[in-house]
Amino acid sequence: MAGAGGGGCPAGGNDLQWCFSQVKGAIDEDVAEADIISTVEFNYSGDLLATGDKGGRVVIFQREQENKSRPHSRGEYNVYSTFQSHEPEFDYLKSLEIEEKINKIRWLPQQNAAHFLLSTNDDLRINLWHLEITDRSFNIVDIKPANMEELTEVITAAEFHPRQCNVFVYSSSKGTVRLCDMRSSALCDRHSKFFEEPEDPSSRSFFSEIISSISDVKFSHSGRYMMTRDYLSVKVWDLNMESRPVETHQVHEYLRSKLCSLYENDCIFDKFECCWNGSDSAIMTGSYNNFFRMFDRNTRRDVTLEASRENSKPRASLKPRKVCTGGKRKKDEISVDSLDFNKKILHTAWHPAENIIAVAATNNLYIFQDRIN
Amino acid sequence: MFARGLKRKCADGEEDGEGALAALRAAPSYSLQRQSLLDMSLVKLQLCHMLVEPNLCRSVLIANTVRQIQEEMTQDGTWRVTAPQTVGRAPLDRLVSTEILCRSAREAEPPGPGLGDGHAPDMVSELCVVPSAQALQSPQSSVWEVDSPRENRGSFPKSLDQIFETLDSKTPGAVEELFSDVDSSYYDLDAVLTGMVGGAKSGHSDTLDALASAPALPPSSSCKDLGELDHVVEILVET
Repeated sequence: MAGAGGGGCPAGGNDLQWCFSQVKGAIDEDVAEADIISTVEFNYSGDLLATGDKGGRVVIFQREQENKSRPHSRGEYNVYSTFQSHEPEFDYLKSLEIEEKINKIRWLPQQNAAHFLLSTNDDLRINLWHLEITDRSFNIVDIKPANMEELTEVITAAEFHPRQCNVFVYSSSKGTVRLCDMRSSALCDRHSKFFEEPEDPSSRSFFSEIISSISDVKFSHSGRYMMTRDYLSVKVWDLNMESRPVETHQVHEYLRSKLCSLYENDCIFDKFECCWNGSDSAIMTGSYNNFFRMFDRNTRRDVTLEASRENSKPRASLKPRKVCTGGKRKKDEISVDSLDFNKKILHTAWHPAENIIAVAATNNLYIFQDRIN
Repeated sequence: MFARGLKRKCADGEEDGEGALAALRAAPSYSLQRQSLLDMSLVKLQLCHMLVEPNLCRSVLIANTVRQIQEEMTQDGTWRVTAPQTVGRAPLDRLVSTEILCRSAREAEPPGPGLGDGHAPDMVSELCVVPSAQALQSPQSSVWEVDSPRENRGSFPKSLDQIFETLDSKTPGAVEELFSDVDSSYYDLDAVLTGMVGGAKSGHSDTLDALASAPALPPSSSCKDLGELDHVVEILVET
């Protein structure tokens, strides 16, 4: 993993210096479960930024107009609105508790684009909602077996194609992605394409399946590629090639030798998300110890940065971090055993047009932007 | 999977002429760690419905892991049928199914008669079923403490009784002699199970060699629940 020497993550072909902009959230050491951020999403213009938490609260931040007296500082994000999305409920008929956690926020496009939404709250089904019909949905994928004893695979994520409103993909716990076209059939139990990378037999272990489980799938803005996140890597796929990804980026390969411990403490089941930058030239995903990683697809360079209160001085540059994987630990490096596995960055978002990123670290939301030289 | 062609760590003078099983015997650490992983996984499955956020994906992945281990142990011949004198326990030559995933925390009663009857291969193991009901009543107690774990696992045949008798009848000095060729040092669980050795160096070097140089790590909390004697006795049975 080559961290850029002088600091700064290359993205879009230019050398960028990422700087702290803002942090939202309490500083308390004791974090209430309800305050843990569970989703972060910019809207289509990037002027609005929404977060949802496990307590069902949605906070929407709005970007302030740029300050003319400080032309070099981008507009800040301040709270625009806060509301409780839904309360916890108990479904008496099914004897099920419906939790209030916000799983995902999707902004509606302002233009007259797709008016449909996919929901995958259930691991076994994908439902299609029309935005104007909110009391019922249409089931388009159902993988629940007749006999639950035969269940060995679940749906882990799903997303609509950004350009073709009839096409969507869904990922599974076995590391596969299926692309479906709703024009082919009403019930999309047959896929149009099936993406799976052949397993490397030399690295097979009891944990192979678990770490191949895909925690997130995201189309590129162009719609030509999609990205999948599994436990140790992010992979970029060309939609025209199902046999293997066109790119594989290691997020934290040093964890491979620790998989049993991570299985024991359940970290191996952590669901990391990933995102593209506006031009699809860079991708970002989170890791442990409040680290997050960026990969430039053009220059092949990558960088590890940290979201921490210590680096929270206004416009302070983020210094690249490095994990020591063995041998002598250099100054400023952190050893694998010193990583804090309770500080995990699962949710990140990249502004659709500019180099502004939002990173959720447990109950805090960090906003970073590049320094304009 | 974990490489089978392992060098012996302790040369005990016996001939190795029994193929794959012998290779496995020559690496007591592997089967120990595999058993430990199996135990850990089964405990996790029991506690699945006690999570704050029920997670079907996690449950399915754990169940699949258990299935993989059981398949391998069945192929090795180390997954043995329970001795007939364990009353009320069904034979454990079946694979664990994911039926356990269907049960919510509110189902306090044990599963119905449909289970445990001869549908192969997806029947629920008694192992999962009975402790589950009991775990609900006493969530803190270890599954293994409640249910005579060694018998449930099915990996200790009749000869176990003989071994215990032997142990009882020996003088203290003889008991030590009986255990003298057992290497009780703690192996790096991660190194063995993931097939990746020695942390610092990636690659697939011979596991036993690396184990010899790997620093001993303190046992994890879940491994502590398995008494040292369990491990020792298991080695004796498999030798």
